[in-house]
Amino acid sequence: MTTQTEQPPRLFEGREPVFPQRVSGWYRRLKWWLMIFTLGIYYITPWIRWDRGANLPDQAVLVDLANARFFFFWIEIWPHELYFVAGLLIMAGLGLFLFTSALGRVWCGYACPQTVWTDLFILVERWVEGDRNERIRLLRAKWSFRKARLRITKWVIWLLIALATGGAWVFYFADAQTLLRELFTGQAAMVAYGTIAVLTATTFLFGGFLREQVCTYMCPWPRIQAAMMDEDSLTVAYRDWRGEPRGKLGKAEGDCIDCMACVNVCPQGIDIRDGQQVECITCALCIDACDNVMEKIGKPRGLIDYCALSDEPLERAGATPKTIWQHILRLRNFIYFGLWSLIGVAMVVALFIRSDFSASIKPDRNPRFVTLSDGTLRNAYDLKISNQTGAAREFHLSIKTDDPLRLDLQGVDGMNITVPADETMHQRIYVFAKPEYETSRMDNAPIRFWVEDRASGERNHVDSFFAGDSK
Amino acid sequence: MRKPKMNDEDYPTTGHEWDGIREYDKPMPRWWLWTFYLCILFSIGYVVYYPAIPLINGATKGVLGYSSRAEVQGEIDRVNALNADIEKTLLATPMDDIAQNPELSRFASAGGGAVFRTYCAQCHGAGAQGGKGYPNLQDDDWLWGGDLAALETTIRHGIRHDADDDTRYSEMPKFGEILPQEEIKQIAEYVLAVSDQDHDVALAMLGKPLFMDNCSACHGETGLGDREQGAPNLADALWLFGGDRDSVVQTITNSRFGVMPAWQGRITDVQIKQVAFYVHQLGGGE
Repeated sequence: MTTQTEQPPRLFEGREPVFPQRVSGWYRRLKWWLMIFTLGIYYITPWIRWDRGANLPDQAVLVDLANARFFFFWIEIWPHELYFVAGLLIMAGLGLFLFTSALGRVWCGYACPQTVWTDLFILVERWVEGDRNERIRLLRAKWSFRKARLRITKWVIWLLIALATGGAWVFYFADAQTLLRELFTGQAAMVAYGTIAVLTATTFLFGGFLREQVCTYMCPWPRIQAAMMDEDSLTVAYRDWRGEPRGKLGKAEGDCIDCMACVNVCPQGIDIRDGQQVECITCALCIDACDNVMEKIGKPRGLIDYCALSDEPLERAGATPKTIWQHILRLRNFIYFGLWSLIGVAMVVALFIRSDFSASIKPDRNPRFVTLSDGTLRNAYDLKISNQTGAAREFHLSIKTDDPLRLDLQGVDGMNITVPADETMHQRIYVFAKPEYETSRMDNAPIRFWVEDRASGERNHVDSFFAGDSK
Repeated sequence: MRKPKMNDEDYPTTGHEWDGIREYDKPMPRWWLWTFYLCILFSIGYVVYYPAIPLINGATKGVLGYSSRAEVQGEIDRVNALNADIEKTLLATPMDDIAQNPELSRFASAGGGAVFRTYCAQCHGAGAQGGKGYPNLQDDDWLWGGDLAALETTIRHGIRHDADDDTRYSEMPKFGEILPQEEIKQIAEYVLAVSDQDHDVALAMLGKPLFMDNCSACHGETGLGDREQGAPNLADALWLFGGDRDSVVQTITNSRFGVMPAWQGRITDVQIKQVAFYVHQLGGGE
């Protein structure tokens, strides 16, 4: 230590290799299941089919950028309904607040793609090169045929996983079956190949080589989360009041026998006994590792455990700390949960009451009005009607105003327009105000356009203004 | 095995201190250095492949010979090639039939809008609403006719454009050099009466025979105008140079008319048809 401080400080520091050891236990099992679940969702979702009729794609989840549609099973989102996506993002944000406040960095430890894919890559590494000790030996060994063979095997498998990961991403944006065929025959769009290349490269690099450095140096979330936890948030901690002073079995007073099991299994390369650290993603593998050791030496489990900060003084004093449920069921979490479910319920309600056609109107701004030869004022509007169903529909247009203004549709006889299935139609419309009407002298007279579905009688309205000549 | 971890106290600080908070001087991660080197490598490649280093008469060309102007030209050529077929169809389609083909009418009105904003908006305004001396193309009052054929002729040959033999031509005399001032005032009162405005009845009565003698040949006996001669309708609510008493007197005295260039030869036949169609569907087309 002292010699290091006397040397001039190094400007750059290489990565210290981490060799996470295999571990078994409750949390490890939970993480395997979560890995299967999350990766399963990611890889399988684009292949689920959902029949929507003849003219619409039959892919259950599809982001159709070319036609500006988002399909999610029975839900179809049009660009003007993007607030549903915004709502989902807000829910995702509030959900993260809720989980962080209750369970600390549970997202980092269990569900973050960086964690899940790194976990998968470490699994491959262990299959090919062996467990921790063999991997350390292999790293130190001189280059040989065996080392090259193992390394190349590992990299190839990583690369295949990375390719599948990048490949799966593009299937969300086009028909998966068609795109897969096109990808192999070289007919797919350049952007598809480019996206796959970039995501393959990042998966390969982030999962295989950068690993915990992504969390420590690149990700802003560890810093943000620190602000969202409080003394009741559950997090992975070492009970130092029980473990210290540590020492060899039978020679020390504390329960910790300094076996380094918790350090050896850590994918972040840290020592949980140093306390909470920004590097810790609370993957809980050290809990499994320590519990296994405690069982072997006949000590109670939980030397490393999910604890809250407020437990420490109580446990130190020998009092009973709060239970896990007392930690979780507290006001702050209820508020987060309340907000989260409020938005959720509002979105579900909005989804059910939304109309399957919509109208919007844009008045001409230049000029605002046109005077005709008999002194009548004319306003022009661009009306947009979106027919969000799979069949053509006829809509009837009418206006509601204070004065009996006249409505006219450009190029259309009468007041009915037919909008083809699943299309948005533009219609230029004119409204006329005779010079004797009050409306023709008002700057902005309110005007309401009613759009009525002829078949069902369903009505939607859009409000706008009639610009008169106030001079 | 892991090297023993350095304690935080052992790291030097930068020497900066704010309210007792000091900043460690810890080494940067090595991968960060690699990304820095990668960026340098990238920039070298960029300088080699793209125009980069400014010189006195331009910049280095780059081995790809890339230029953003050439890229734009390429895009324009590509779009022109894509439009070649529909332009041919548009040329072959009579003006009155364009509206029946939805694709053709979209193409014509979109292209016509672009032509209008480029060549016509300077006088007629971006919204075609015109101004004093420049006709409003949105209304239903046309000097030379507002159907598609008339619009195409006007755009093609212009108005009072001497270089074009087929240009629309008419000229109102300066009555200030022909009639005494009080007679002009009487005619003006009569014009106000024709257009249903406040007027002096006695003067208008005197103006009526003068109007019949001097003005009705072009503007018609009831002041409805004559499109054959581009003579404005004086009985409606729209005035190109103003319809109040002073403006009318001024117009009769000095005569006022505008000039529009012939666009044949300046823009393509396709563009002429497009812009005629565009103007026609603004709301005033006949």
